Amino acid sequence: MTSPVIELRDVGRAYDEGPPALSGASLTVRAGEAVAILGPSGSGKSTLLNLIAGLDRPDSGTVTVNGTRVDRLGEAGAARYRRASVGMVFQFFNLLEDLTVADNIVLPSQLAGMGRAAARRRTAELLETLGIDRHANAYPGRLSGGQRQRVAVARALMNRPPLLLADEPTGALDRASGEDVARLLRDLNADGQTVVVVTHDLELAKACTSRTVELVDGHIVTDTAVSR
Amino acid sequence: MRAGAARRRVQTTVIVLAAMMAVTASVLGGGLLVVSSAPFDDAFAEQNGAHLTATVNAAPGAVAASANAAGVTATAGPFPLVTVVPEAGGERTMPFTFAGRDTPDAEVDAISVVDGEWADEPGEVTLAAGEGGTSVPPGATMSFPSLPGSPVLKVVGFARSVSLTADGWVTAAQAAALAPSGTPESHQMLYRFDSAGTAAAMETATAAVAASLPADSLAGSRSWLDVRNAAERATAVYVPFLMAFGVLGLVMSVLIVGNVVAGSVGSGTRRIGVLKAIGFTPGQVVRAYVGQALIPAVAGTVLGVIIGHVLAVPILAETSDAYGTGTLGIPPWIDIAVVGGILALVAVTALAAALRAGRLRTVDALAVGRTPPTGRGQAAARVTARLPLPRAVTLGLARPFARPVRTVAMLAAIVFGAIAVTFAVGLSTSLDAILTARDHDIADVLVRPAPPELGPNGMPDGPPPSLPDDTSAITAAIEAQPGAKAHYVVHNAPAAVAGTTGTTELVAFTGDASWGGYTLLNGDWIGGPGEAVVPTGFMKTTGTAIGDTVTLTVDGERISLRVVGEIFDLKNDGMKVYTDAAGLTAPMKNSLIAVDLEPGTDPAAYAEGLSRALEPLGANAEPFREGSSDMITVLNSLTAALTLLLVAVAGLGVLNGVLLDTRERVRDIGVQKALGMTPGQTIGGVLASVTLIGVIGGVLGVPAGMALHDAVVPAMGDSTGIRLPRVALEVFDTPTAFALGLGGLVIAVAGALLPGLWAARTRTAVALRTE
Repeated sequence: MTSPVIELRDVGRAYDEGPPALSGASLTVRAGEAVAILGPSGSGKSTLLNLIAGLDRPDSGTVTVNGTRVDRLGEAGAARYRRASVGMVFQFFNLLEDLTVADNIVLPSQLAGMGRAAARRRTAELLETLGIDRHANAYPGRLSGGQRQRVAVARALMNRPPLLLADEPTGALDRASGEDVARLLRDLNADGQTVVVVTHDLELAKACTSRTVELVDGHIVTDTAVSR
Repeated sequence: MRAGAARRRVQTTVIVLAAMMAVTASVLGGGLLVVSSAPFDDAFAEQNGAHLTATVNAAPGAVAASANAAGVTATAGPFPLVTVVPEAGGERTMPFTFAGRDTPDAEVDAISVVDGEWADEPGEVTLAAGEGGTSVPPGATMSFPSLPGSPVLKVVGFARSVSLTADGWVTAAQAAALAPSGTPESHQMLYRFDSAGTAAAMETATAAVAASLPADSLAGSRSWLDVRNAAERATAVYVPFLMAFGVLGLVMSVLIVGNVVAGSVGSGTRRIGVLKAIGFTPGQVVRAYVGQALIPAVAGTVLGVIIGHVLAVPILAETSDAYGTGTLGIPPWIDIAVVGGILALVAVTALAAALRAGRLRTVDALAVGRTPPTGRGQAAARVTARLPLPRAVTLGLARPFARPVRTVAMLAAIVFGAIAVTFAVGLSTSLDAILTARDHDIADVLVRPAPPELGPNGMPDGPPPSLPDDTSAITAAIEAQPGAKAHYVVHNAPAAVAGTTGTTELVAFTGDASWGGYTLLNGDWIGGPGEAVVPTGFMKTTGTAIGDTVTLTVDGERISLRVVGEIFDLKNDGMKVYTDAAGLTAPMKNSLIAVDLEPGTDPAAYAEGLSRALEPLGANAEPFREGSSDMITVLNSLTAALTLLLVAVAGLGVLNGVLLDTRERVRDIGVQKALGMTPGQTIGGVLASVTLIGVIGGVLGVPAGMALHDAVVPAMGDSTGIRLPRVALEVFDTPTAFALGLGGLVIAVAGALLPGLWAARTRTAVALRTE
């Protein structure tokens, strides 16, 4: 059995005076796994993802990713952690519209201080792998939804993170593009990339992950292996 | 409307400060401009003041005939005129010019008796009060033991002649009796002209009068324009620089208001869509945005009026005292005009920017955030991405190109901030240079008379002390003390100059005084006996030019000196004449010896040693101390306050622009942080976004500030009737200009720091959820 990449222990998070968004959540994700976090709107899926990505801090419990206690990191530490350990894909792509496709992809490596030549090589490799090399100098506004999400995935993989987090990656796509992105995630996982996908789409979960974790009202209610 | 103003605290503060700055400077500048001349003009009109006061050495009949000269509309005189030096305690005091007038009433120069009565009996004198007046107490007597019959005059009252026609008035018979035997017959004639509003008109009229008098009999004359200029001097100096700040503040207000309202409309587009969707008419939307600018602008103008009035109090106090007009204040119409004008300007600017909100289609406004943005700034982003700089910085460098209008507004704020800083630094340096140039006898050590003994009433006993008539023992002591390099002796005597009232001070030097800090404006320094240098004030008052010969009367003795140079000297309104002591026979007091020391000699130690040696000789030595000036202190303080305000407004203008930009792209910032941008990189990126405009703002603002300085400082000199030395005008060297250029960058970075910190602190998860 491979070592755990993500370890959550009794994690709780509440916002203001409302009910807890997450309560007593414990979860372990091992290297090479592809896990889907499922649940209806308001169930705590995005909160869980934000805690793993170091975008938010839990009120209680511990979050350990790749051996790093993410819940103890300050803002600068969390930024460095994300550069090194996490690649993120968002529902609405979140590409920077004033940068070209290539400049979007290379950005995480530039923030991390990677050498120019190495960054250029890695960008070219990702553009080719993800089939978007002919759009390298285009601006995101000119691309289709599916192409944009491919750019977002390439950007997420730029620094070779051990963990890829995807938040509703097909939520803003048509069916064909959604299936394309699902295939991409499955292929990446097949190559050994650990993937955590937050979605309310059971079909996507089945298509690209090997395990589903279901959240209801901030509690993990099921944790099931998926047979493809 | 109120909710909008409260919600946008930064923008509201910026408008309050900008309006306050513009109103403060405008109220002060406009108020002083109007008020400074008002008391003189009122009093001059009331007294039917003399356009020309002439001293004529001719018989009364010949003088009276000049009433028929071309352009003359009214005259008074001829009055017998005499210059006398009363004695007190056995010492001769300052000279007085008395006019012989049996009555204060006249068609020209109707004198107002302000205390006591008019001198209508022999043995009485009424002295001039206020400006040009004396410090002789009422009821005192003035003795003239050296005149035939040793006359004594009793001071029976004080009167004010706005035209400053004499230091005192006696009866015509008394004036004739006071005239020293052997002096030529001298009369005063006062004229009003049909055209006297300009210097050129006065020159023409004076020439006509001179032509109507016997040849060479016009010994002196004084134009009412010079009198008025002197009267306004105390406040007029503030007007040019306050007007400069007023215009800067006004332009800044327009820029800031336009930028804030346009920014509010731009960033609140979706809100505008919602307002329209729920039933707001275009007019209501426009009114709401104009109101958001007008509410803080009203607050700023109220504060500005209050501050303007408070600052005007010390400046106007001097003018108020001169005419006994009571406390002067800025007239209400100035407040109304300034407040109305600035609020109208704010309203028009805000309206122009807010009209876009009214025209915006509801469906388009609601779609903002869901439609892809325009491609502005992409080319710049592509170029800056290639720069060999950290990526966070290059991302920031591209930002100004994405919002060109906002960038221009921020740039303008920085340019005006840089102009203000440059102007203020230049003005302050000029004032320091004036202060230095104003000080004379700048020597390492000054030898003065020992302080006088105090009498039983705590007042100095006897006449003011002076150095001994023979200073050879003192100069020997100076030379005996190791370290002395050079010295000169300063001699003083009160003198009278025909055609002027008050006292002209004759200063004579024994030894070379050219190293003593006398700033030469034109011509040459004194080359030998018979040559003189005079201040600009003297030249203007007496109409003297370089090359002319001036005649002074010292203790009844006439001294003729050829003017070879013009120097910078503000003391005694510039009524001084400097010459070489050699060959002068008139009695003069020895007031000072200036000592220059060899390099490396400690002035304090030298002065201490010299003082011990001089004690038996009734003299005292002290190291030189730099002087100060209340007016320059007020000017420096006002400049500092207004500059600080303007720079604060400029910084807040930048802050407003960067804040709008940061809020607009908060999601982008969230994405960058999610990709691993640290808080430090985030701040660096925001600061980098204003670096370029800060540098450009400095580059544009500094030359403009220098040009403003070069225009305003000479105007300030002109308004006070002084010509400024080159050291006071040429104050910007290359290192100073470069340092000032960085001021634009400092303003930009200071303005962007808070939004940068806000961006760095914003939680990534929250930023990513922000639409």
